[in-house]
Amino acid sequence: MPLDIYLNVAVAGVLTGLVYGLMALGLSVIFGVVRVVNFAHGEMMTIAMYIAVTLFSAFHLDPLVMMVPIAAVLFAFGYVLQKGFINPFITRPEHSQFLLLVAVAIVIVNVLLIVYGPDAQNVQTSYAYDSFQIGPLIVDATKAYAGLAAIVVAAALFAFFQYSTVGTAIRACADNYTGALVVGLDVKHLYALTFGLGAACVGAAGTILLLIFDVTPAAGPAYTLLAFVIVITGGLGSMPGALIGGVMIGLTEAMAGLLFTPSAKSMFSFGILVLVLLFRPQGIMGKRAA
Amino acid sequence: MNRKSQSRTGQVTRRSFGAGLGAAGLLAGTAPFNVLRAQGAPLKVGVLLPRSGLQAGIGQDCQRGVDIAAGILKDMGMPSLQIMNADTETNVDVARARAEKLIADGAQLLVGAFDSGQSTAIAQVAEQKGIPYVINIAAAPQITEQGYKFVFRNFHTAPMILGGAFACQKDLFAETGAAPKSAVFLHVNDTFGTAMQKGIGAVMPKFNMPYTIKETISYDPAARDLSVEIAKAKATGAEILMVVSRLNDAILLTREMVKQRWSPKAIFSMGPGWYEDQYLKTLGKLGDGPISFVPWYDPNKPLSKKLEAALAKSFPGVNLNTNHVYTFEALLIAADAYKRAGSADPKKLADAIRTTNIKDNASTGPGIQFNAKGQNDKLKISAIQNRGGKLPTVAPKDAANAKVEWPMKPYDKRA
Repeated sequence: MPLDIYLNVAVAGVLTGLVYGLMALGLSVIFGVVRVVNFAHGEMMTIAMYIAVTLFSAFHLDPLVMMVPIAAVLFAFGYVLQKGFINPFITRPEHSQFLLLVAVAIVIVNVLLIVYGPDAQNVQTSYAYDSFQIGPLIVDATKAYAGLAAIVVAAALFAFFQYSTVGTAIRACADNYTGALVVGLDVKHLYALTFGLGAACVGAAGTILLLIFDVTPAAGPAYTLLAFVIVITGGLGSMPGALIGGVMIGLTEAMAGLLFTPSAKSMFSFGILVLVLLFRPQGIMGKRAA
Repeated sequence: MNRKSQSRTGQVTRRSFGAGLGAAGLLAGTAPFNVLRAQGAPLKVGVLLPRSGLQAGIGQDCQRGVDIAAGILKDMGMPSLQIMNADTETNVDVARARAEKLIADGAQLLVGAFDSGQSTAIAQVAEQKGIPYVINIAAAPQITEQGYKFVFRNFHTAPMILGGAFACQKDLFAETGAAPKSAVFLHVNDTFGTAMQKGIGAVMPKFNMPYTIKETISYDPAARDLSVEIAKAKATGAEILMVVSRLNDAILLTREMVKQRWSPKAIFSMGPGWYEDQYLKTLGKLGDGPISFVPWYDPNKPLSKKLEAALAKSFPGVNLNTNHVYTFEALLIAADAYKRAGSADPKKLADAIRTTNIKDNASTGPGIQFNAKGQNDKLKISAIQNRGGKLPTVAPKDAANAKVEWPMKPYDKRA
């Protein structure tokens, strides 16, 4: 097989993996700070995808242009969800949190089914069939834009947590919950902000992902599972880990499809998960529990 | 008193005689009407289709064949059918459960279900309950190899499709003088796709085709991205692409070929997807060129023209296709059997279906008859080519209404 085919497939896998990473980043941020595992993560992403579909079909608005407004809508959704529903569950047993978020996921899937029906929907942008040729390399334009957008959003999120006052306060909550309370931080508000940010992240990821994949209401649980695989591989709670995990899974699936059989792609990503759980349970970038 | 009374009971008075005569007349008079009522009542037909889920588009397309059936069947002098719709949700277990529910709700005959896996499950239920089941579309050969007494299929098995496809391909090669040397085979990894993949190995050697298959690539029916599959197919350097797919993946595969700048000389499809209206509408000019070797209809048959007219009236802009024709013919078989059986008794209906001999049909081939296994083995395959949103038949010669365009116009040369 010619070498350029490997290169083309690897680039496509990395670009898709970046968007996967952005999606998983939201899950990792929420768990890293609030210590709640969002079992409605993929379903929240499908909400963003459907908002993008609606805006495209009604006003022909490009998903890339609508990424920030849709992320803002998801931020508000996440904020309200945390403040109104999840906060009372923070101190309850983990299985209660699990059941609450699974229930939220089921409600989202069914509401989307009622509103949009079961059929796959997508957007046909003007660049849907474009590709760039760089020597022997052919890069899918939509994947290139999606990967680039994912890098920009992830960088903005890193900068926010690293350099802003609110970001520093959120990190303080994550590092030491009691200490944050002692110094007078409004932890509940910061938790809601974090959940909102995680939701905004998945909103942006969903909007970008719509350029590459169709959306159905039933796609939500598959994305939730994918986000878990990525986050556990990268390290639960680690932001760089989520991105690295995303790229790793994207690349693995693409190369496994090329070298073995495409119908067994996901088998290899789960294989990596098993290996990580066996030999580095904290994930590639995760910290070992003290 | 006693004696009088006894004598009175033994008497036949004029009044009692009249009443008795009237009752007898009423009984005698209504008995034939009872029979007529049983024959005149519509046959309850449970139609199982994937109306939601991955195959929703195709299931809803099959439904169009149901929707146009009533008027045409009436014109053909067939008894009326009471349609009981059910959604299999593109899920084998749901298909099984819906078949059971339809029978519990009084369905006297089942029709469906487009997909081989779902049809296999329904066939098991139908056989167990003793209710006739006419498969509209499903190609896995094993369905009619189980010795079932109540299961009938007016559709091609995978080997029939493949045999017909290879025969049609040879006709096209002879017509154009083309002789491609290599092909790559992409197939969906579901019951139908796997059956076709196995069938190719068994059937192709018998036809002495000019090309060899360089690689076979299978993919998940729920795959969201088929870029790797196309990259792999392109890397083989094959001249033609052979596919067995569904609708969504047919669109995804075409998009990827355009993006990856790969235009094979021809796309040979041996399944659904590539000729469907949604494919043609979604892709526009990029949808032109693929040749589908499919169970189709003979455009020259009178019933085909009636179906085209009825479809144009009810669903303007929709091309008549396999889904409509074979779903309609399944209902035609049901109505014809009910007419001949004169009863909705499942056994009598099954016996009547077994002796079906419909010459005035639409599908390509001599007509509808079933062999001892319940399979219509007389059906023929047609080759149709996507051209400007239309689907002319290019082979076999006796059913063709256009000449094939060869090779396919490259994607980057389409304005």
